[in-house]
Amino acid sequence: MKEDGSEQDRRTIDLIESIASQVRAAIESGALPAIRTPTRSLENVSYNKEVGYLELGKKEQVRALTVNTARAFAQTLRLMAASRAMVASNDFATKREAYYISKNWGDCRFDEQAESDAIMDDIEAIASLHGLSRENLRFYPESHGGSVAGRLVIVDKSAATGETIEIDCARLGVGAYSIPRSAEHLAFRTDARFILAIETGGMFQRLNNHRFWERAQCIIVEMGGVPTRATRRFIRLLSDRHELPVYCFVDCDPYGFTNIYRTLKAGSGNAAHVNRFLCVPRAQFLGVTPQDIIDFGLEDATHPLTPVDIKRAKDALRNDPFIVAHPRWVAAIKQLLDMGVRAEQQALAKWGLNYVIDEYLPRKLAEVSGFLP
Amino acid sequence: MSDRQAAAATAQEMAGRQKEISVSEFFLKNRHLLGFDTPAKSLVTAVKEAVDNALDACEEAGVLPEITVEVRGRFERSWVAVEDNGPGIVESQIARIFGKLLYGSKFHKLSQSRGQQGMGISAAGMYGQLTVGKPLHIISRIEGEPLASELYVSIDTANNRPDIHKRKRIAWSRPHGTRVEMELEGVDQGGPHSVEAYLKLTAIANPHVSIIYKGPRGKELFFARACDELPPRPKEIKPHPGGVELGRLIQMLNGAKSRSLLQFLVDEFSCVGEKTAREIIQLAGKPLSERSYPAHIAHAQANALHRALQKARVQKPRPDCLVPIGEAQLLEGLRKELPAEFYTAATRPPASYRGNPFLVEVAIAFARPGEAEIDVDVASGRMRKKQSAESDPAPHLIARRDEPVRLLRFANRVPLLYQQSSCAITKSVLQTNWRAYGLHQPKGALPIAPMAILVHVASVWVPYTSEAKEAIEPYPELVREIKLGLQQCARRLSHFLQRERTLQHEYEQRAYIETYLPHIGVALQEILGLDDGTRDGVVARLDDALHANRAAKRRSS
Repeated sequence: MKEDGSEQDRRTIDLIESIASQVRAAIESGALPAIRTPTRSLENVSYNKEVGYLELGKKEQVRALTVNTARAFAQTLRLMAASRAMVASNDFATKREAYYISKNWGDCRFDEQAESDAIMDDIEAIASLHGLSRENLRFYPESHGGSVAGRLVIVDKSAATGETIEIDCARLGVGAYSIPRSAEHLAFRTDARFILAIETGGMFQRLNNHRFWERAQCIIVEMGGVPTRATRRFIRLLSDRHELPVYCFVDCDPYGFTNIYRTLKAGSGNAAHVNRFLCVPRAQFLGVTPQDIIDFGLEDATHPLTPVDIKRAKDALRNDPFIVAHPRWVAAIKQLLDMGVRAEQQALAKWGLNYVIDEYLPRKLAEVSGFLP
Repeated sequence: MSDRQAAAATAQEMAGRQKEISVSEFFLKNRHLLGFDTPAKSLVTAVKEAVDNALDACEEAGVLPEITVEVRGRFERSWVAVEDNGPGIVESQIARIFGKLLYGSKFHKLSQSRGQQGMGISAAGMYGQLTVGKPLHIISRIEGEPLASELYVSIDTANNRPDIHKRKRIAWSRPHGTRVEMELEGVDQGGPHSVEAYLKLTAIANPHVSIIYKGPRGKELFFARACDELPPRPKEIKPHPGGVELGRLIQMLNGAKSRSLLQFLVDEFSCVGEKTAREIIQLAGKPLSERSYPAHIAHAQANALHRALQKARVQKPRPDCLVPIGEAQLLEGLRKELPAEFYTAATRPPASYRGNPFLVEVAIAFARPGEAEIDVDVASGRMRKKQSAESDPAPHLIARRDEPVRLLRFANRVPLLYQQSSCAITKSVLQTNWRAYGLHQPKGALPIAPMAILVHVASVWVPYTSEAKEAIEPYPELVREIKLGLQQCARRLSHFLQRERTLQHEYEQRAYIETYLPHIGVALQEILGLDDGTRDGVVARLDDALHANRAAKRRSS
């Protein structure tokens, strides 16, 4: 990850050109051309304990030129051409914009964004095999990332003038820095000891307003539910470059465990081809754990598990390769199912609004080794 | 009460009013039975009767028929002339043939011919006489005669006798032949029931005939002859034992010339030799014997004999009395008059109903007017659409793609234009499951397809539903044979359609892929920075590869 932007751009262009050259060579030799893409379906996804995230297996699909694939074949090549042009001109397109680019392709145009998204995922999957991300291809996600505050200075560059811009995330008052769609070009300065990734905007605001990050010497990041790709990539880059531990602070329910935390740490099955760029294997689960409900006396601030919660929990125990690989998680989820309740982050307010700052987090942070993996 | 009931009549008074009705008077009042009801139908019927007679006469005399039909009309009145190159008519017979109902040569023999009853042409004359008041005008010349005979004949309807108005010998350019002219109430309407359609159909079923049609409003058509051979003469046959009815049998016994029953059976029936005759007599039982005198056989014994005739194992009727149009000739006739993409024809083996031999012929012409046909180049595997010439000269004989198929019905080579719904041919088509052959068919209706189904029933005695000879009675034996013929043709049609569909499907697939080839070219050009010429070269290579691949696939399959 030490190579700079222009090196990645060169590799991106090389990749696209080599694929196009292969197609052309096949045509010149009188054969029907084909493009190989990794299979993106869940059956080709597994949890790699070594690296700590879900990754694509070896399965490939060959998109040869036939009736069923002619359209997608042409679209794939045209979208690659668009990607190459954007790299060359240092521009980008959101997924929605990429969909609209196709509108002057005549017969080849995408009818719905779902179509262009799928083709984009294919190209992304090919690129991922060569260590290139969607952002390298200059396709940016639609939704921006969450918010950041704390002991961090972000070094950005103005796209227009090339002038360097420094943003001190400790000097934004009660506001916060908004994670951009692409963080590849950012540089960081920080003396923080860890990153705290928070599920809800409300909790982030409380910690920010009371400048918790100053006391704990950390950076706080708001995820806003399941973290977007931009948020995941940002946390990943930041934690990689400064070797910062990442602690995850979410609700105590199956959604918090398997969707929010697991996605941040090990990635998702749907986008297994890009997990290698996005997931944060060093993330750890701070809370709220089922044991916390007992330890912090939250029993009367809980809600019963809904049928959806129970189903999700049982599913995770059976099918989630990440959970299954971690006995402590299996135990925690079983404990939650036994208790039959769920607790939100805000439940800590039972003991006073700032109980979380004064009591809960310091107590938890004092014993990092107790965090769930 | 002003309307007083008439006083009851006495038997004597009633007897005074009872009198014989001549057959002419009967049909004058019931002219619809002979096909003369509306002016439009009357005109077609009149032409048809004259043409049928002309064709029968020519064929019987072994002359290749050349027929000229002229029709002129004003308002509801038409003038019709039909001229042939037949053998001509002996002058003494002309008046009776044209001026007497039920006079003819075909009623008493069992032989396949167009006319059956000897009623048609005189009925046309009678109808003209009734509606316009003019007699028939006939010119006829026998080969070798120096002059032709010219007669004006009307019918004395009270006595069913010809009434000759004028008789002359005149010079005539034709060496032999007959010309009939008549005036009658009639209009020439277009469409499937027009004189033109009738003549066209006649040309289809009779490719050995040439017809010149000079229609109203200066319209002239020429239906060229497609083959120079006359159909073989049908053999005349005797009744088959299985088909004879009791009344007819008694009549035959009474009029028998034979002196013994054995001789009678052998002489008067077809397919009966001495051995069979003995078997029949034995089956009939006592007191009948081989030597019984036919004319003296009593009613009860005639009944027994009739039952025996039905029961006896007699050979099937001999088919040599039937002359099919023939598959080759049928295709010839269809090809020259109905432009279509696919033709097929089937001639069924002879069968019989009630002892009358018959045979069925079926043909199908399938077209896609105005639609492109797909052409495949075998070597390169390339396909292209072949735009078929936009010719549509048979608008009423072949259905459009969204219409029910057209039925072209023929009996003894004569087109049947009316009463389609009550005809055995229609019933057979309806009872056939066309869906099994890939056609769309609404429940209980004709299939929907751009095609014409031709059915020809040839028989020594066609069971028409009426004297106007417009439809055939749906006897089970007939319907069964027609259906078998239809199925035979439908199977071949279904193969053709299957092939067509495969081609169409493949063409669409290729066209679909081809839409995307230029885009692949553009993308490669953009990525690799190719110039336009190189790009087009790549697209052309890709196109070749695609077709070669397809062609290989087809060869291997």
